[in-house]
Amino acid sequence: MSLLTLDHLKTSIGQYHVLHDVSFSVPEGGVFVLLGRNGAGKTTTLRSIMGLWQPSPGSITFRGDDITGLHTSDIARRGIAYVPENMGVFGGLTVAENMVLATHTGRFDRARLKRVYELFPALERFWDKPAWSLSGGQKQMLSVARAIIEERALILIDEPTKGLAPSIVEAMGDAFVEISDSTTILLVEQNFQFAKRLGRDMAVIDDGRIVHSGTMADFAANQALQDQVLGLSV
Amino acid sequence: MDQLSQTLGKMGGVFLLPLAVALAAFVLIGAPSSWLTLTVAGLSMGMMIFLMASGLSLVFGLMDVLNFGHSAFVSLGAFIAASTLAALSGWLGSPSVLLNIAALLVALMAATAVGLVAGLFFERVIIKPVYSDHLRQILITVGALIVAEQLILAIWGGTPTTVLRPEFLEGSWIVGGSSIQVYRVFAFGLGALVYLALYLALNRTRIGLLIRAGVENREMVESLGFRIDRLFIGVFMLGSALAALGGAMWAGYETLITPALGGEMLVIVFIVVIIGGLGSINGTLLGAILVGLTSNYVGFLAPKVALASNMILMILILLWRPSGLSPAVK
Repeated sequence: MSLLTLDHLKTSIGQYHVLHDVSFSVPEGGVFVLLGRNGAGKTTTLRSIMGLWQPSPGSITFRGDDITGLHTSDIARRGIAYVPENMGVFGGLTVAENMVLATHTGRFDRARLKRVYELFPALERFWDKPAWSLSGGQKQMLSVARAIIEERALILIDEPTKGLAPSIVEAMGDAFVEISDSTTILLVEQNFQFAKRLGRDMAVIDDGRIVHSGTMADFAANQALQDQVLGLSV
Repeated sequence: MDQLSQTLGKMGGVFLLPLAVALAAFVLIGAPSSWLTLTVAGLSMGMMIFLMASGLSLVFGLMDVLNFGHSAFVSLGAFIAASTLAALSGWLGSPSVLLNIAALLVALMAATAVGLVAGLFFERVIIKPVYSDHLRQILITVGALIVAEQLILAIWGGTPTTVLRPEFLEGSWIVGGSSIQVYRVFAFGLGALVYLALYLALNRTRIGLLIRAGVENREMVESLGFRIDRLFIGVFMLGSALAALGGAMWAGYETLITPALGGEMLVIVFIVVIIGGLGSINGTLLGAILVGLTSNYVGFLAPKVALASNMILMILILLWRPSGLSPAVK
């Protein structure tokens, strides 16, 4: 059964038509990867799902409910977390304050906090430090940690490996594998090697249109298809 | 050099600037009694400006709204307080200090309450339709300021209005040969109390945390499940109420006010917000104290450049720190 379905989504930013026709379904569980080159419409797709940009026309269905046009905060409260490309970390706040904001009651579930510490030990070390003092990788960890500190059905993650050292990318991949055991992840990526390791299902977007969708295993095994839909762009 | 910079940073960094300005003025003025009088005057003026500017800084930082109508709340607060004090002149003239204090509290609370309601009206009717359009914000808020001034002129008239002061705030204390006005000490104390309350609200409460986060990244706050537009209304109302309170205090300081009071304070309030850094209460306090001290010291040392002193201060600080001394978003 699909957790999230995008149906003929079109999104414009000002006078620019970014998404022309985006349709795909994210099944429940595992990691779904949306691949595409720079400017293909990956980030716009995630922002449209979050209600940060309003699609028109087209519809977005989450757990069977139409969430198109809902306010971003309502979409978040339905169980969708967002890790933006710029990480969205509040630099002037401490790591602890960033985490508190991601809880709806202001209190932590101890078991979940313990899990966050196990996944990202650096966050426990820098708990009372201002977030601006963290490294790029640590900020990315904080951004992901905010998304998992409470139970969510779906996490949207936008290019988490961008600009990170290979060792951090490796650790981030391990964390995503573990997180995806209990939560569905919709991952936007350009790094095909990283995406290949994590993805169960996938789609390729180009020029605001979905040009391929299927399982990652089939796609990874089909070099001709990769050349056709990805070419030199990824 | 780096070590000196680190040491200064640990001691308070840019927050040592007022101390440095006061020390430099002490050397230039020479007479300790004059210096003390000017310093107290500068600190109390700074605190009153802080009251007026703190709301604007939060509104600017959180909502990205250029509200040139902010000073309308300053004028409104001043006139509401003046009228309330006039209506309670019997209490003010009473030998009972308690009745004196009650009259003052009622006047300040009336100004603050009217500021809250006016802020709600202003945000819903004037600001809401022009969110995320700076040009329209400037045009409509300048227009609203003109309309507000004319309304005040129509209600209170163009003749300067005298503001009554409670008996216990009249007069001066003589400290070491310096004359310290009681009202100035009161203004400083009230400003310090408001700063403390704002500081605690912003740093120790969940709403304060949301405001600080919203100043940095509104979209992310919404993506975490919070309605920031509702927070906007609250912050706007708070900012308007603080401006009205500042106006009420300024009215008592000047004792003679005209409808142009708000417009006259607008430039100085914007200078303070820009010097301090957008969205930062600490920065606004720092900017206000610097402006208050500099105005008084320069007015004494070089009266001919007194009018330009705030502009010169702003230019110097922006050349050094283009985002202001202590902006909320680093």
